[in-house]
Amino acid sequence: MTVVSRGFRGRRAADVNPARVPPGQYVTRDFPVLSAGPTPHTALRLWDFSIIGELDQPRVWTWEEFRALPSEEITRDIHCVTKWSKLDTVWRGVAVDTLLEGIETSAEYVTAYSDGGYTTNLPLEDVTGGKGWVVFAYEGQPLAPEHGGPARMLVPHYYFWKSAKWVRGLRLQSTDEPGFWETNGYHNYGDPWQEQRYSGD
Amino acid sequence: MAGTALLGRLTWQLAELVEVVAETPHVKTIVFDVPGWPGHRAGQHVDVRLTAEDGYQAERSYSIASASDGTRVALTVQRLEDGEVSPYLTDELRPGDKIELRGPIGGYFVWEPSEGGPLMLVAGGSGIVPLMAMIRTRAAADDDTETRLLYSSRSQDDVIYSDELERLSGNGLTVVHTLTDSQPPGWTSYARRVDAEMLAEVTPAPAERPRFYVCGPTPFVEAVAESLVQLGHDPRAIKTERFGPTGG
Repeated sequence: MTVVSRGFRGRRAADVNPARVPPGQYVTRDFPVLSAGPTPHTALRLWDFSIIGELDQPRVWTWEEFRALPSEEITRDIHCVTKWSKLDTVWRGVAVDTLLEGIETSAEYVTAYSDGGYTTNLPLEDVTGGKGWVVFAYEGQPLAPEHGGPARMLVPHYYFWKSAKWVRGLRLQSTDEPGFWETNGYHNYGDPWQEQRYSGD
Repeated sequence: MAGTALLGRLTWQLAELVEVVAETPHVKTIVFDVPGWPGHRAGQHVDVRLTAEDGYQAERSYSIASASDGTRVALTVQRLEDGEVSPYLTDELRPGDKIELRGPIGGYFVWEPSEGGPLMLVAGGSGIVPLMAMIRTRAAADDDTETRLLYSSRSQDDVIYSDELERLSGNGLTVVHTLTDSQPPGWTSYARRVDAEMLAEVTPAPAERPRFYVCGPTPFVEAVAESLVQLGHDPRAIKTERFGPTGG
Protein backbone atom coordinates (compact mmCIF):
# COMPACT_ATOMS: atom_id res chain seq x y z
CA MET A 1 0.00 0.00 0.00
CA THR A 2 3.01 2.23 -0.53
CA VAL A 3 1.92 5.77 -1.37
CA VAL A 4 4.03 8.39 -3.07
CA SER A 5 4.63 11.35 -0.79
CA ARG A 6 3.73 14.40 -2.87
CA GLY A 7 6.77 16.57 -3.41
CA PHE A 8 9.22 14.30 -1.60
CA ARG A 9 12.41 13.71 -3.52
CA GLY A 10 14.71 12.49 -0.79
CA ARG A 11 18.35 13.21 -0.49
CA ARG A 12 20.36 10.18 -1.45
CA ALA A 13 24.03 10.17 -0.60
CA ALA A 14 25.72 10.23 -3.99
CA ASP A 15 28.89 8.53 -2.79
CA VAL A 16 27.24 5.55 -1.10
CA ASN A 17 26.65 2.23 -2.80
CA PRO A 18 22.92 1.61 -2.16
CA ALA A 19 23.59 -2.15 -2.02
CA ARG A 20 25.38 -1.59 1.30
CA VAL A 21 22.41 0.14 2.93
CA PRO A 22 19.66 -2.11 4.35
CA PRO A 23 15.99 -1.16 3.79
CA GLY A 24 14.83 1.88 5.75
CA GLN A 25 18.37 2.88 6.76
CA TYR A 26 20.37 6.00 5.89
CA VAL A 27 24.11 6.51 6.07
CA THR A 28 25.56 8.82 8.72
CA ARG A 29 29.13 9.93 9.25
CA ASP A 30 28.93 10.80 12.91
CA PHE A 31 28.38 8.19 15.59
CA PRO A 32 25.11 8.69 17.45
CA VAL A 33 24.73 7.36 20.99
CA LEU A 34 21.74 5.35 22.15
CA SER A 35 21.25 3.76 25.51
CA ALA A 36 18.43 3.34 27.98
CA GLY A 37 20.07 4.68 31.13
CA PRO A 38 23.13 6.33 32.65
CA THR A 39 26.55 5.36 31.27
CA PRO A 40 28.28 2.99 33.72
CA HIS A 41 31.90 3.65 34.66
CA THR A 42 33.69 0.51 35.81
CA ALA A 43 37.35 0.94 36.74
CA LEU A 44 39.61 -1.38 34.76
CA ARG A 45 41.02 -2.88 37.97
CA LEU A 46 37.48 -3.99 38.86
CA TRP A 47 36.55 -5.07 35.34
CA ASP A 48 36.51 -8.71 34.31
CA PHE A 49 34.92 -10.74 31.56
CA SER A 50 33.21 -14.05 32.23
CA ILE A 51 31.74 -16.94 30.33
CA ILE A 52 29.13 -18.67 32.47
CA GLY A 53 26.15 -20.97 32.07
CA GLU A 54 26.34 -24.32 30.34
CA LEU A 55 30.00 -25.20 30.48
CA ASP A 56 32.14 -27.31 32.80
CA GLN A 57 33.81 -24.41 34.60
CA PRO A 58 33.05 -20.70 34.30
CA ARG A 59 35.90 -18.78 32.68
CA VAL A 60 36.95 -15.33 33.82
CA TRP A 61 39.55 -12.89 32.55
CA THR A 62 40.81 -9.76 34.26
CA TRP A 63 41.32 -6.71 32.05
CA GLU A 64 45.03 -7.51 31.71
CA GLU A 65 44.32 -11.15 30.88
CA PHE A 66 41.63 -10.16 28.40
CA ARG A 67 43.93 -7.68 26.68
CA ALA A 68 46.67 -10.32 26.46
CA LEU A 69 44.40 -12.51 24.32
CA PRO A 70 44.98 -12.44 20.56
CA SER A 71 42.99 -9.59 19.06
CA GLU A 72 42.19 -8.57 15.53
CA GLU A 73 41.15 -5.52 13.54
CA ILE A 74 37.59 -5.70 12.26
CA THR A 75 36.19 -3.40 9.57
CA ARG A 76 32.44 -3.65 9.13
CA ASP A 77 29.30 -1.66 8.35
CA ILE A 78 27.02 -1.19 11.36
CA HIS A 79 23.25 -0.66 11.37
CA CYS A 80 21.22 0.84 14.24
CA VAL A 81 17.50 0.08 14.50
CA THR A 82 16.91 3.84 14.87
CA LYS A 83 17.69 4.01 11.12
CA TRP A 84 21.31 5.14 10.86
CA SER A 85 24.00 3.02 9.28
CA LYS A 86 27.70 3.72 9.41
CA LEU A 87 30.00 2.20 6.83
CA ASP A 88 33.54 0.86 7.23
CA THR A 89 33.79 1.25 10.98
CA VAL A 90 37.13 -0.02 12.32
CA TRP A 91 37.33 -1.89 15.62
CA ARG A 92 39.85 -3.96 17.53
CA GLY A 93 38.78 -6.83 19.70
CA VAL A 94 38.88 -10.47 20.68
CA ALA A 95 36.85 -12.95 18.64
CA VAL A 96 34.20 -14.84 20.60
CA ASP A 97 35.81 -17.93 18.99
CA THR A 98 38.99 -17.11 20.91
CA LEU A 99 37.09 -16.77 24.20
CA LEU A 100 35.33 -20.09 23.66
CA GLU A 101 38.50 -22.02 22.79
CA GLY A 102 38.65 -25.30 24.72
CA ILE A 103 35.10 -24.89 26.03
CA GLU A 104 32.70 -27.81 25.53
CA THR A 105 29.08 -26.75 25.55
CA SER A 106 25.74 -28.01 24.33
CA ALA A 107 24.34 -24.46 24.46
CA GLU A 108 22.65 -23.11 21.35
CA TYR A 109 22.03 -19.58 22.62
CA VAL A 110 23.98 -16.91 24.38
CA THR A 111 22.99 -13.92 26.48
CA ALA A 112 25.44 -11.04 26.59
CA TYR A 113 25.14 -9.19 29.90
CA SER A 114 26.45 -5.77 30.79
CA ASP A 115 27.14 -3.29 33.55
CA GLY A 116 23.90 -1.43 34.23
CA GLY A 117 21.81 -4.59 33.80
CA TYR A 118 21.48 -4.61 30.00
CA THR A 119 21.12 -8.00 28.31
CA THR A 120 20.70 -9.18 24.74
CA ASN A 121 20.22 -12.68 23.35
CA LEU A 122 21.74 -14.28 20.27
CA PRO A 123 21.99 -17.74 18.74
CA LEU A 124 25.47 -19.03 19.62
CA GLU A 125 26.17 -19.75 15.96
CA ASP A 126 25.71 -16.04 15.25
CA VAL A 127 28.63 -14.96 17.42
CA THR A 128 31.01 -17.78 16.48
CA GLY A 129 32.69 -18.64 13.19
CA GLY A 130 34.18 -15.13 12.89
CA LYS A 131 30.83 -13.36 13.35
CA GLY A 132 31.15 -11.89 16.86
CA TRP A 133 33.77 -10.04 18.90
CA VAL A 134 34.34 -8.32 22.23
CA VAL A 135 35.89 -5.03 21.10
CA PHE A 136 37.91 -2.53 23.14
CA ALA A 137 39.04 0.01 20.53
CA TYR A 138 37.30 2.10 17.89
CA GLU A 139 39.18 3.88 15.09
CA GLY A 140 42.47 3.21 16.89
CA GLN A 141 41.40 4.70 20.23
CA PRO A 142 40.21 3.08 23.46
CA LEU A 143 36.44 2.67 23.26
CA ALA A 144 34.75 5.71 24.86
CA PRO A 145 32.33 5.04 27.76
CA GLU A 146 29.32 6.44 25.88
CA HIS A 147 30.04 4.00 23.05
CA GLY A 148 30.28 1.05 25.42
CA GLY A 149 33.83 1.21 26.75
CA PRO A 150 35.86 -0.32 28.14
CA ALA A 151 34.48 -3.18 26.02
CA ARG A 152 31.35 -3.97 24.03
CA MET A 153 30.07 -6.73 21.81
CA LEU A 154 30.37 -6.36 18.06
CA VAL A 155 27.91 -8.49 16.11
CA PRO A 156 27.63 -6.34 13.01
CA HIS A 157 25.31 -8.52 10.95
CA TYR A 158 22.51 -7.73 13.43
CA TYR A 159 21.03 -4.35 14.36
CA PHE A 160 23.44 -2.67 16.73
CA TRP A 161 21.42 -3.19 19.94
CA LYS A 162 22.71 -6.77 19.78
CA SER A 163 26.26 -5.38 20.09
CA ALA A 164 25.84 -4.89 23.86
CA LYS A 165 27.72 -1.93 25.35
CA TRP A 166 29.64 -2.30 28.64
CA VAL A 167 29.60 -6.07 28.22
CA ARG A 168 30.89 -8.12 31.15
CA GLY A 169 30.17 -11.64 30.06
CA LEU A 170 28.38 -14.24 28.01
CA ARG A 171 25.93 -16.75 29.46
CA LEU A 172 25.71 -19.96 27.45
CA GLN A 173 22.16 -21.31 27.39
CA SER A 174 20.27 -24.25 25.91
CA THR A 175 17.13 -22.09 25.63
CA ASP A 176 16.63 -18.70 24.02
CA GLU A 177 15.87 -15.98 26.57
CA PRO A 178 14.80 -12.59 25.16
CA GLY A 179 16.93 -9.73 26.50
CA PHE A 180 16.24 -6.09 27.35
CA TRP A 181 15.02 -4.65 24.05
CA GLU A 182 13.74 -8.04 22.92
CA THR A 183 11.20 -7.89 25.78
CA ASN A 184 10.45 -4.21 25.09
CA GLY A 185 8.91 -4.46 21.65
CA TYR A 186 11.97 -5.14 19.50
CA HIS A 187 12.61 -8.16 17.30
CA ASN A 188 14.12 -11.31 18.80
CA TYR A 189 16.72 -11.60 16.01
CA GLY A 190 17.11 -8.21 14.34
CA ASP A 191 18.50 -8.90 10.89
CA PRO A 192 18.73 -5.47 9.20
CA TRP A 193 18.53 -6.98 5.72
CA GLN A 194 15.15 -8.52 6.65
CA GLU A 195 14.20 -5.26 8.40
CA GLN A 196 13.45 -7.18 11.60
CA ARG A 197 13.07 -4.08 13.76
CA TYR A 198 10.10 -4.82 15.97
CA SER A 199 8.28 -7.87 17.37
CA GLY A 200 6.40 -9.52 14.53
CA ASP A 201 8.48 -7.99 11.69
CA MET B 1 -5.58 -4.17 11.06
CA ALA B 2 -7.15 -5.57 14.21
CA GLY B 3 -5.99 -9.08 13.35
CA THR B 4 -2.40 -8.02 12.80
CA ALA B 5 -2.44 -5.88 15.93
CA LEU B 6 -3.43 -9.00 17.83
CA LEU B 7 -0.28 -10.71 16.60
CA GLY B 8 1.79 -7.73 17.71
CA ARG B 9 2.80 -6.91 14.16
CA LEU B 10 3.31 -3.26 13.39
CA THR B 11 2.03 -2.72 9.88
CA TRP B 12 2.43 0.49 7.89
CA GLN B 13 -0.74 2.54 8.10
CA LEU B 14 -1.93 5.54 6.12
CA ALA B 15 -2.00 8.64 8.27
CA GLU B 16 -3.80 11.79 7.11
CA LEU B 17 -2.50 15.15 8.25
CA VAL B 18 -5.35 17.04 9.91
CA GLU B 19 -3.67 19.94 11.71
CA VAL B 20 -0.39 21.84 11.84
CA VAL B 21 0.60 23.93 14.87
CA ALA B 22 3.66 26.22 14.74
CA GLU B 23 5.32 25.80 18.14
CA THR B 24 8.54 27.80 17.68
CA PRO B 25 10.40 29.19 14.63
CA HIS B 26 11.96 25.74 14.07
CA VAL B 27 9.40 23.36 15.50
CA LYS B 28 5.93 22.32 14.36
CA THR B 29 3.39 19.90 15.69
CA ILE B 30 1.74 17.83 12.98
CA VAL B 31 -1.43 16.01 13.93
CA PHE B 32 -2.51 12.90 12.05
CA ASP B 33 -5.66 10.87 11.91
CA VAL B 34 -4.69 7.20 11.79
CA PRO B 35 -7.71 4.93 11.25
CA GLY B 36 -7.37 1.81 13.38
CA TRP B 37 -4.78 3.36 15.69
CA PRO B 38 -4.62 1.02 18.71
CA GLY B 39 -3.73 3.76 21.22
CA HIS B 40 -0.32 4.31 22.79
CA ARG B 41 1.53 4.89 26.02
CA ALA B 42 3.27 8.17 26.85
CA GLY B 43 6.89 8.04 25.71
CA GLN B 44 6.38 5.75 22.73
CA HIS B 45 7.35 6.68 19.19
CA VAL B 46 6.35 5.99 15.62
CA ASP B 47 8.23 5.32 12.42
CA VAL B 48 7.40 7.54 9.47
CA ARG B 49 8.05 6.44 5.89
CA LEU B 50 8.18 8.76 2.89
CA THR B 51 8.30 7.53 -0.70
CA ALA B 52 9.58 9.52 -3.68
CA GLU B 53 8.06 9.10 -7.16
CA ASP B 54 10.94 6.85 -8.23
CA GLY B 55 10.29 4.50 -5.31
CA TYR B 56 13.10 5.77 -3.07
CA GLN B 57 12.06 5.61 0.57
CA ALA B 58 13.25 7.28 3.75
CA GLU B 59 12.26 6.27 7.28
CA ARG B 60 12.68 8.14 10.55
CA SER B 61 11.44 7.76 14.12
CA TYR B 62 9.52 10.50 15.97
CA SER B 63 8.26 10.63 19.54
CA ILE B 64 4.53 10.92 20.02
CA ALA B 65 3.63 14.24 21.66
CA SER B 66 0.00 13.58 22.46
CA ALA B 67 -1.77 11.54 25.10
CA SER B 68 -3.59 8.55 23.67
CA ASP B 69 -6.78 9.97 22.13
CA GLY B 70 -8.73 7.81 19.70
CA THR B 71 -7.23 7.84 16.23
CA ARG B 72 -5.37 11.15 16.68
CA VAL B 73 -1.57 11.06 16.84
CA ALA B 74 0.46 14.27 17.23
CA LEU B 75 4.16 14.44 16.43
CA THR B 76 6.29 17.47 17.22
CA VAL B 77 9.10 17.83 14.71
CA GLN B 78 12.15 20.06 14.83
CA ARG B 79 13.22 21.21 11.39
CA LEU B 80 16.85 20.29 10.82
CA GLU B 81 18.48 22.51 8.19
CA ASP B 82 20.19 19.69 6.31
CA GLY B 83 17.66 17.04 7.27
CA GLU B 84 16.14 14.74 4.70
CA VAL B 85 12.76 14.11 6.33
CA SER B 86 12.08 16.84 8.90
CA PRO B 87 11.95 19.77 6.40
CA TYR B 88 9.42 17.80 4.35
CA LEU B 89 7.26 17.18 7.42
CA THR B 90 7.42 20.78 8.67
CA ASP B 91 7.36 22.73 5.38
CA GLU B 92 5.87 20.60 2.62
CA LEU B 93 3.11 18.54 4.19
CA ARG B 94 -0.39 20.05 4.02
CA PRO B 95 -3.65 19.04 5.72
CA GLY B 96 -5.20 16.23 3.66
CA ASP B 97 -1.80 14.80 2.65
CA LYS B 98 -1.16 11.21 3.62
CA ILE B 99 2.04 9.59 4.78
CA GLU B 100 2.84 6.10 6.00
CA LEU B 101 3.34 5.53 9.68
CA ARG B 102 3.70 2.54 12.00
CA GLY B 103 3.62 2.20 15.74
CA PRO B 104 3.36 2.64 18.61
CA ILE B 105 6.91 1.49 19.30
CA GLY B 106 8.93 1.04 22.48
CA GLY B 107 8.20 -0.47 25.86
CA TYR B 108 10.83 1.05 28.14
CA PHE B 109 10.84 4.84 27.99
CA VAL B 110 7.14 4.92 28.86
CA TRP B 111 5.10 6.11 31.80
CA GLU B 112 1.54 5.47 32.87
CA PRO B 113 -0.28 7.08 35.82
CA SER B 114 -0.53 3.65 37.51
CA GLU B 115 3.27 3.59 37.81
CA GLY B 116 3.15 6.52 40.20
CA GLY B 117 5.93 8.89 41.17
CA PRO B 118 7.33 11.19 42.19
CA LEU B 119 8.06 11.79 38.56
CA MET B 120 11.11 13.85 37.57
CA LEU B 121 11.27 14.85 33.92
CA VAL B 122 14.36 16.51 32.48
CA ALA B 123 14.19 17.85 28.93
CA GLY B 124 16.74 19.45 26.65
CA GLY B 125 15.29 21.26 23.63
CA SER B 126 12.94 19.09 21.60
CA GLY B 127 13.60 16.31 24.11
CA ILE B 128 10.47 17.73 25.73
CA VAL B 129 8.26 15.87 23.24
CA PRO B 130 7.93 12.38 24.84
CA LEU B 131 7.89 14.02 28.30
CA MET B 132 5.00 16.26 27.19
CA ALA B 133 3.11 13.10 26.27
CA MET B 134 3.57 12.02 29.91
CA ILE B 135 2.38 15.40 31.23
CA ARG B 136 -0.62 15.34 28.91
CA THR B 137 -1.44 11.74 29.82
CA ARG B 138 -1.29 12.69 33.48
CA ALA B 139 -3.61 15.65 32.89
CA ALA B 140 -6.03 13.66 30.73
CA ALA B 141 -6.33 11.05 33.49
CA ASP B 142 -6.80 13.79 36.11
CA ASP B 143 -3.84 12.19 37.86
CA ASP B 144 -2.08 14.14 40.62
CA THR B 145 1.22 12.24 40.75
CA GLU B 146 3.87 14.66 42.03
CA THR B 147 5.67 15.66 38.85
CA ARG B 148 8.48 18.10 38.22
CA LEU B 149 9.75 19.15 34.83
CA LEU B 150 13.14 20.77 34.41
CA TYR B 151 13.22 22.07 30.86
CA SER B 152 16.29 23.56 29.23
CA SER B 153 15.87 25.76 26.15
CA ARG B 154 18.16 28.21 24.38
CA SER B 155 15.82 31.18 24.59
CA GLN B 156 12.22 31.95 25.44
CA ASP B 157 11.31 31.74 21.73
CA ASP B 158 12.59 28.16 21.67
CA VAL B 159 10.36 26.94 24.49
CA ILE B 160 7.94 24.40 23.02
CA TYR B 161 4.43 24.07 24.56
CA SER B 162 5.09 27.19 26.67
CA ASP B 163 1.47 28.24 27.24
CA GLU B 164 0.19 24.72 27.76
CA LEU B 165 2.87 23.98 30.36
CA GLU B 166 1.87 27.10 32.24
CA ARG B 167 -1.79 26.13 32.06
CA LEU B 168 -1.15 22.57 33.27
CA SER B 169 1.04 23.66 36.20
CA GLY B 170 -0.44 23.03 39.64
CA ASN B 171 -2.29 19.90 40.78
CA GLY B 172 1.11 18.39 41.61
CA LEU B 173 2.94 19.57 38.46
CA THR B 174 5.84 22.00 38.84
CA VAL B 175 7.59 23.36 35.75
CA VAL B 176 11.06 24.91 36.04
CA HIS B 177 12.68 26.49 32.99
CA THR B 178 16.29 27.28 32.32
CA LEU B 179 17.26 29.46 29.35
CA THR B 180 20.87 28.85 28.40
CA ASP B 181 21.64 31.42 25.70
CA SER B 182 19.43 34.46 26.20
CA GLN B 183 16.86 35.51 28.73
CA PRO B 184 14.05 38.08 28.49
CA PRO B 185 14.20 41.16 30.75
CA GLY B 186 13.16 40.33 34.29
CA TRP B 187 13.88 36.59 33.94
CA THR B 188 14.15 35.14 37.43
CA SER B 189 14.55 31.42 36.78
CA TYR B 190 17.75 29.59 35.81
CA ALA B 191 19.95 30.98 33.04
CA ARG B 192 22.58 28.29 32.53
CA ARG B 193 23.00 24.73 31.34
CA VAL B 194 21.56 22.05 33.60
CA ASP B 195 24.18 21.06 36.18
CA ALA B 196 24.38 19.01 39.38
CA GLU B 197 23.58 21.99 41.59
CA MET B 198 20.43 22.79 39.62
CA LEU B 199 19.35 19.15 39.63
CA ALA B 200 19.87 18.95 43.40
CA GLU B 201 17.65 22.02 43.85
CA VAL B 202 14.84 20.91 41.56
CA THR B 203 14.81 17.11 42.01
CA PRO B 204 13.11 15.24 44.87
CA ALA B 205 15.61 13.73 47.33
CA PRO B 206 16.94 10.21 46.62
CA ALA B 207 15.02 8.95 49.68
CA GLU B 208 11.78 9.81 47.85
CA ARG B 209 12.79 7.40 45.09
CA PRO B 210 11.86 9.59 42.13
CA ARG B 211 11.45 8.02 38.70
CA PHE B 212 13.47 9.87 36.09
CA TYR B 213 12.86 10.36 32.41
CA VAL B 214 15.63 12.31 30.68
CA CYS B 215 15.44 13.22 27.00
CA GLY B 216 17.51 15.51 24.83
CA PRO B 217 20.69 15.65 22.77
CA THR B 218 23.35 13.11 23.73
CA PRO B 219 25.74 15.46 25.62
CA PHE B 220 22.79 16.84 27.61
CA VAL B 221 21.52 13.38 28.55
CA GLU B 222 25.02 12.12 29.39
CA ALA B 223 25.64 15.09 31.70
CA VAL B 224 22.24 14.94 33.42
CA ALA B 225 22.30 11.16 33.97
CA GLU B 226 25.84 11.30 35.31
CA SER B 227 24.96 14.12 37.73
CA LEU B 228 21.87 12.28 38.96
CA VAL B 229 23.92 9.16 39.75
CA GLN B 230 26.46 11.31 41.59
CA LEU B 231 23.64 12.90 43.60
CA GLY B 232 22.79 9.44 44.90
CA HIS B 233 19.85 8.47 42.70
CA ASP B 234 19.38 4.84 41.69
CA PRO B 235 20.75 4.37 38.15
CA ARG B 236 17.97 1.85 37.48
CA ALA B 237 15.37 4.56 38.10
CA ILE B 238 16.87 6.81 35.41
CA LYS B 239 15.45 6.19 31.95
CA THR B 240 17.05 8.03 29.09
CA GLU B 241 16.32 8.75 25.47
CA ARG B 242 18.86 10.54 23.33
CA PHE B 243 18.94 12.04 19.91
CA GLY B 244 21.24 14.23 17.91
CA PRO B 245 21.01 16.24 14.73
CA THR B 246 21.61 12.99 12.94
CA GLY B 247 18.30 11.63 11.90
CA GLY B 248 16.46 14.65 10.59
